[in-house]
Amino acid sequence: MPEFIAELLNRNDIFTASTIMEYWEGMVLTVQLVFLSLILGLVLAVPLAIMRTSKNPLINTPVWLYTYVFRGTPLLVQLYIIYYGLAQIEGIQQTFWWDIFREAFYPALLAFTLNTAAYTTEIIRGAIVATPSGEIEAAKAYGMSWALRMRRIIMPSAARRAVQAYSNEVIFMLHASAIASVVTLVDLTGAARNIYSRFYAPFEAFIFVALLYMALTFLLVFAFRKLENYLLRHQRPVTG
Amino acid sequence: MRKLIVAASVALAMMAGVAHAQERDLRIAFDVPYEPFEYKDEDGELTGFEVELAEAMCEEMGANCEFVIQAWDGMIPGLLARKFDLIMSSMSITPERAERVLFSDPYYNTPGGWFGPESFDTDVTDMEAMEGMTVGVQRGTTMDTYVTEEMGGVVSIKRYTTADDMVLDLEGERLDVVFVDYPVGEQTVLSKDGFKEVGEPVKLGEGVGVAMRKRDKDLADEVNAALATLKEDGTYDTIMEKYFDYDIKM
Repeated sequence: MPEFIAELLNRNDIFTASTIMEYWEGMVLTVQLVFLSLILGLVLAVPLAIMRTSKNPLINTPVWLYTYVFRGTPLLVQLYIIYYGLAQIEGIQQTFWWDIFREAFYPALLAFTLNTAAYTTEIIRGAIVATPSGEIEAAKAYGMSWALRMRRIIMPSAARRAVQAYSNEVIFMLHASAIASVVTLVDLTGAARNIYSRFYAPFEAFIFVALLYMALTFLLVFAFRKLENYLLRHQRPVTG
Repeated sequence: MRKLIVAASVALAMMAGVAHAQERDLRIAFDVPYEPFEYKDEDGELTGFEVELAEAMCEEMGANCEFVIQAWDGMIPGLLARKFDLIMSSMSITPERAERVLFSDPYYNTPGGWFGPESFDTDVTDMEAMEGMTVGVQRGTTMDTYVTEEMGGVVSIKRYTTADDMVLDLEGERLDVVFVDYPVGEQTVLSKDGFKEVGEPVKLGEGVGVAMRKRDKDLADEVNAALATLKEDGTYDTIMEKYFDYDIKM
């Protein structure tokens, strides 16, 4: 450890090795929660978005209802319902479900996944709907089936249109994950709250955690810029 | 002579002014619900042991008091930011807190109590038996500090902002046992079927005091004097007997 960091750590009461470890463990949990819920959310969102664009009301209405409910209520309320609500179901403690929902991690993961899946579904749906009709007509003229058209033409072009909006959703999800701390999870915000309540030093505890969130956001922004450059490389001006 | 009279009357007027200024406005913060210390009754009126004691104290001090509701997390910052002048919300006196605020003499002390379901039959002081259990505490309380220091590596500790959330998780079997301020546990856990006290109460800390800003030393003297009078003239006991059937006087 460089001299000046060690010096800094020795000179204050709050950022000792043990609180730094607490922040680190909080960061690990935040990253796990956000990463898993985004992956699961995306996996759910792709088929849901395709269903949402279906002309058959039996297929698109349930998906519409789902996205409406999850986008129409605060994530905090969804988390409360899933975390405390499930525990109130008579007899759930005797079923195998309880092994999963006893831990705060899984109710939180479920709430975050369902929430981000709802937003992502709408983002992808918007991108699918915006596919230029000429591309679809051309694909049909080539005799492509629906599945092949989806795979070769619509989804790749939708992905390019969705990526910018989706990067916003990812960053929102990272920040929304802060509410995991209300159901006893010690994520980054939970760690900050514990340290704050121990030292009564709101500025130090929360500004430090804010910097950590900013660092994580920076990584996400950087990764998405790379991804955008890759997906939208055909739009780059040709230079020598 | 006339000059003297004028001077004396000016001095008198100034003293009257000072005396008038002493009939000060005080804002007192409580975190509700924390039965039976401060909570809202069926009509939504703020009541409880500390609320009644605060009312009696204000009367004794001749102060004009306004009661403020403040969540526990923001208590000390709110005091320092002058959102209110006194905290009378079961704040235990600790060295860490005393660095930020000025405490009056303690006015009560309750132990921390262990509460759990009827089926719980482990000795809470036996660290080997307690290994792997999940214990609920309220974040930042003396109970939190005790469990963190004494059983930190042994049990898994869940910290809650409100006692209500914690009791919900005890009922939902997410917690094996909770360690909470005794009267709070009595009100929130023991009042439900299927729960009992599962260990000896533990006396923690130096008791509860009124918290003020460090610079308000005169106010602290007044508060101490008022509390001492209430403890002596029986007012304190009357209020205490209304809410408790055991002694918490300090």
